[in-house]
Amino acid sequence: MMQTLQEILSRLCSLDRDVLAIAWLSLRVSLTAVGIGLVLGIPLGAFLAVARFPGRGAAVGLLNAFMGLPPVLVGLALYLVLSRSGPLGPLRLLFTPAAMIAAQATLATPLIAALTQQIVADARVHLGEQLCSLGLSAPRQAMAMIYDVRFSLVTAALAAFGRAISEIGAVLVVGGNIDGYTRTMTTAISLETQKGDLSLALALGLVLIGLVLVVNVAVAVLRRHAARVYG
Amino acid sequence: MDPFRRRLLTLGLAALLSAAGLLPSADAEPTSIVVASTTSTEQSGLFKHILPLFRETSGIDVKVVALGTGQALEAARRGDADVVLVHDRPAEDKFLAEGFAERRYDVMYNDFVLIGPASDPAGVRGRGVSEAFAKLAASKAAFVSRGDRSGTHSAELRSWKEAGVDLAAVRGSWYRDVGQGMGPALNAASALGAYILADRGTWLAFKNRADLVILVQGDPSLFNPYGVMLVNPDRRSGVKAKRGQAFIDWLVSPEGQQAIAGFKIGGEQLFFPSAGALVTR
Repeated sequence: MMQTLQEILSRLCSLDRDVLAIAWLSLRVSLTAVGIGLVLGIPLGAFLAVARFPGRGAAVGLLNAFMGLPPVLVGLALYLVLSRSGPLGPLRLLFTPAAMIAAQATLATPLIAALTQQIVADARVHLGEQLCSLGLSAPRQAMAMIYDVRFSLVTAALAAFGRAISEIGAVLVVGGNIDGYTRTMTTAISLETQKGDLSLALALGLVLIGLVLVVNVAVAVLRRHAARVYG
Repeated sequence: MDPFRRRLLTLGLAALLSAAGLLPSADAEPTSIVVASTTSTEQSGLFKHILPLFRETSGIDVKVVALGTGQALEAARRGDADVVLVHDRPAEDKFLAEGFAERRYDVMYNDFVLIGPASDPAGVRGRGVSEAFAKLAASKAAFVSRGDRSGTHSAELRSWKEAGVDLAAVRGSWYRDVGQGMGPALNAASALGAYILADRGTWLAFKNRADLVILVQGDPSLFNPYGVMLVNPDRRSGVKAKRGQAFIDWLVSPEGQQAIAGFKIGGEQLFFPSAGALVTR
């Protein structure tokens, strides 16, 4: 066990520029996907929380269920859509980083929307009556509520980032794990495991965890700073 | 616009722009081709060795998607690859017959080896393939199968047949169909102390061997030839025929063949050049 640990540490020290490039790609793809997820998911979730229309309960239920979308299924569906023989084939997006972003955004959006819906719905219990009495329309109420809970939404963003950067099912199918182009941390870990190089796979795993940790710490610092200045 | 909304807008725009930066425009990388190949060529490290050499002479960037042979041919049928480099002759001939490629070029070969625990409970060491597989079926010693319609899986199924074993009749819990690539299947075999048919290249590069060793090798029926084909541009528009053909021409040229022969692990050559034979549809 000690020997394995030592081996992993020495592998960690000898990781080269390739690994940095892979980590950077993972980060870029997942952050972009979360960015798209925020732009689409927050308004959707907030709207579902404040609007009243028939079928709203079903819509919220569906959204909550979509938090559990299986990545490999999303990957397969997107593969068929983006394949040259598929409806979006002419875009030539299959086996590119853009395809991986699309896949992860598909996973991140319902997660962000569902969490936003819950956060806004909870906050509304306290604040909503006031807004209602002001006679604001649902979209305006949603905007006001988003502003009110903006710091809590950071957690939704982090949850989505965690789901995106750690999934492999979708990026493997639509990205193809192409060396130096669409190889991410998770597909690289999988590849090294397949090659039987378990210590290198574990070392890469530690890098991935480190990456997630750095992003979370950075966001926490930013959030505290923002809360102080704008809170 | 209030400051919050402005910030939200900036954030959204930034996200969109960074996404756009990653989007390839219609012809952003005109010098790259996609090659659908097998896990054995990728996981053994062959491509890492030869692709930089090809790039140097041609300027063409080769993107390799490593799949099982069945899946690689399927991706090519859908038009998602320009070139296929695989190792399952009957499946390749079918691909040719369907018109998805016009020619198949012999590139190289290696061979399959029967791997098993050093203790060899089924007693197959040094036997011929037919005898060894008959003994495996009779002993019901643990056996790991790729089970993924790959070239290696096809070779395994052929070996049972040659041994006169009716797999459907004898398979039981001793026969573990893992449905994965060569590496994961080898990991499973080393964890279970099971027998497994593997290609020599992946085996030589494989590091998690536990007490597995080569028990059967050198039988002519373990010959494992690789073929390369350009996807027929008449059948699938958008195939980068010129660059794909350039890659194939290089692979079968003396230079490419030398590059393949020069790939060694621990002093052992993994793939043997065999260009020359050309099969036309």
